Amino acid sequence: MSTTAPHHGINLRKVLGPIHVWGLGVGIVLVGEFMGWNFAVGKGGALAALIACWVIGLLYTCVAMIDSEVTSTVAAAGGQYAQAKHIVGPLMAFNVALYLVLAYTMLEAGNAFVAADLLKTVAAQMGHPDLDSRPFVVLVITSLAWLNYRGVFESLTFNYVITAVAFVSILVLFWGVQPFSDVSLLRHADLLTGLPYGWIGVIASLQFGMWYYLGIEGTCQAAEECRSASRAIPLGTMTGMITLVIAASLTWYMAAGLMPWEYLGQAYTPLYDAATLTGSVGLKIFLFVGTLFSTLASANGCINDAARAWFSLGRDRYMPPWFGAVHPRYRTPFRSILFLIPIAVVFAWQVPLDGVITFSILAGLLGYTFMSFNVVRFRQLWPLGSIKRGYVHPFHPLPAAVLFMLCLTVFFATFLGYADYLISILVFFMLASVWFHLHRYKFVKRGEQFTMPWPRPRGY
Amino acid sequence: MAKTPYAPPEQGALGMVIDALLILALVFVSLSAPLWVAQLRAPSTSAAVASADAPKPTWESLGQNAVMAAQWEKLGKDPSAAAVIINNRFDYAVNPVKLGLTAALLVIYYFFMLRISEREYREVIAEKFDR
Repeated sequence: MSTTAPHHGINLRKVLGPIHVWGLGVGIVLVGEFMGWNFAVGKGGALAALIACWVIGLLYTCVAMIDSEVTSTVAAAGGQYAQAKHIVGPLMAFNVALYLVLAYTMLEAGNAFVAADLLKTVAAQMGHPDLDSRPFVVLVITSLAWLNYRGVFESLTFNYVITAVAFVSILVLFWGVQPFSDVSLLRHADLLTGLPYGWIGVIASLQFGMWYYLGIEGTCQAAEECRSASRAIPLGTMTGMITLVIAASLTWYMAAGLMPWEYLGQAYTPLYDAATLTGSVGLKIFLFVGTLFSTLASANGCINDAARAWFSLGRDRYMPPWFGAVHPRYRTPFRSILFLIPIAVVFAWQVPLDGVITFSILAGLLGYTFMSFNVVRFRQLWPLGSIKRGYVHPFHPLPAAVLFMLCLTVFFATFLGYADYLISILVFFMLASVWFHLHRYKFVKRGEQFTMPWPRPRGY
Repeated sequence: MAKTPYAPPEQGALGMVIDALLILALVFVSLSAPLWVAQLRAPSTSAAVASADAPKPTWESLGQNAVMAAQWEKLGKDPSAAAVIINNRFDYAVNPVKLGLTAALLVIYYFFMLRISEREYREVIAEKFDR
C-alpha cells in the first residue's frame, strides 16, 4: 500500500455544463418529492407540511444564493469543504467534509431502502408478499457505485435522463388526478383537518420540510469538473431550485388531496400510493417507474458527491492520503467510492427510514449553519472588488441572517420528536473534531491548504 | 521574516488503516445510539396485552369521515390497521433540562470548532504568505 496519493498528477476531467449541474442537483433532491417530505405531515398535519415547504424553500433560496457566490469563486472539488478550508480553517473544513459525506451517504441509504421497499410492495401486490428486500439494497448501492467508478460524465448523463423521466411522472400524475375538473379525484375539503398539533406542529414539521430540497447545494461538488464553474454553478443551482419549488407544490397538492394525513405522514412511497388511489393502472406503473428512477438518480448523485468529499479529505491528508487517489484510466476517486459502500448498506439495513433521513437532514443543517457565518467572513476577509467572483449574491448580509435564524429553528424542530438523533450526531462531530485536532492535524501540510490565487486575507 | 514550512510526519500503512477503521467505528457506534435508546424505551409486553384487550376501533371512533374511511380502505387498511397508525402520535412536551443540554452541546461544539479552526487558520495563512 502506498503512503501517498499515487496518482497525484492526474486531475479530474472538466466536462460538465449547466445542464449536468442541474441534473446533479435536482437528481439528488427530486427523490424528496417521492418519499420523506411526507414525514412533515406526520409531525404537524398536511397544512403544516405546506407551510414547511415554503418556509424551508426560503431557507434553501438563501443557501443557493450564498453557495452560488462562494462556489463560483472557490471552484475546487469538495465544494463547501474547499470553502471552509480557505475561509475558516482546517478543523471546520474537516467537519464540513464529514457533514457532506454523512448527508449524502445517509440519503443514499434512504434511497436504496425505498427502492428496495418499492419492489417489495409491488411484489406483494403481485402475490409474492415474502420477498426479502435487502438483497435489492445491496444491488442498488453496488451497481451505482460501479457506475460512478467508471466515470463522472457517464454517471451524470445517466442522472440527467432518469431525473427528467421522474419529473415528468409527477406532471403526469398531476394531470391524471384532474385537479381543475368537476370530476377531480382530489378531496381537500374532506381530508384537510387543520393543524392537529397546533402551531408547535408547524415548527416540528420544518424538520422534514428540509427533505423537499436537501442536497441542492451538492451542485457545487462538481465545480472542479465544470468547463466554466462561474457560469454553470449559479445557472444550474438556481434553475434547480425553481424546478424543486414547482415539484414540491404539485406533490403536496396531490398527496394532501388523496390521503388522510395520518396515513400520508408515515408512508414510504406517497406518490406511488397516490397513483394507487387514482385506480389507474397506467399511472401506477408510471409512478412506480418515477419513484424507482428518482431513488436511483438520487443515490447516484449521492455516491458522486460523498465520494468527492471523502476524496478531498484524503488528498489534503485530513484522512489517510490513500483515499486521495484518482483512477488512472477512469479518472474518478475510486477508492473513496468503494470505502463508503458499507456505511450506506449498513444504515439502509438497520436504521428506520425516518431515522436515516433525520441524520441526513442534520448533517445538511450543520453545513447550512456553517454557510451562514462563512459568507459573512468571506466578505470580511476579501471585500467585493478584492478578488474575482463568478457571481455576487444580492442583499448581503440579509440572506445569511435569515439562513442562520431558520437553521436554529430547524434544530429546535428536530429536537421535537428526534432529540436523540440530534444529540448523537452532535456527540459524533464533537468526538471527531477532538480526534482530528489531537491526532490527524499533524499530518496536514499547512501552507498547501490555501490554493486559491488570492491576496492575503484582511486581518491576517 | 520567512518561515520554514511545517513538515508533517509520513504515516505508515497500518496507521492509515487504523484511522479509517476508527472513523468508521465512530460513525457506526455514535449514530446507532438512538436505536439502542429506542429499544430501551420500547413498550412493555403488559402494555401490548392491554392494548390488545381494548375495544375494536371503528372509523367513527378513530375520527375518520366517510371520504377518509374510503381512502384508508383503498390503501388496504381496515380500522384496526389504521388505528395503529392514527394513535401513534408525537409528544411535543418539552423537557427543559434536555433542551438546555442539547443547546449547550450545540454551542460548545461550534465554539470549540471555531476557536481551534481560527488557530489552525493562522498557521495556514502564515505559512502560505510569509514564505
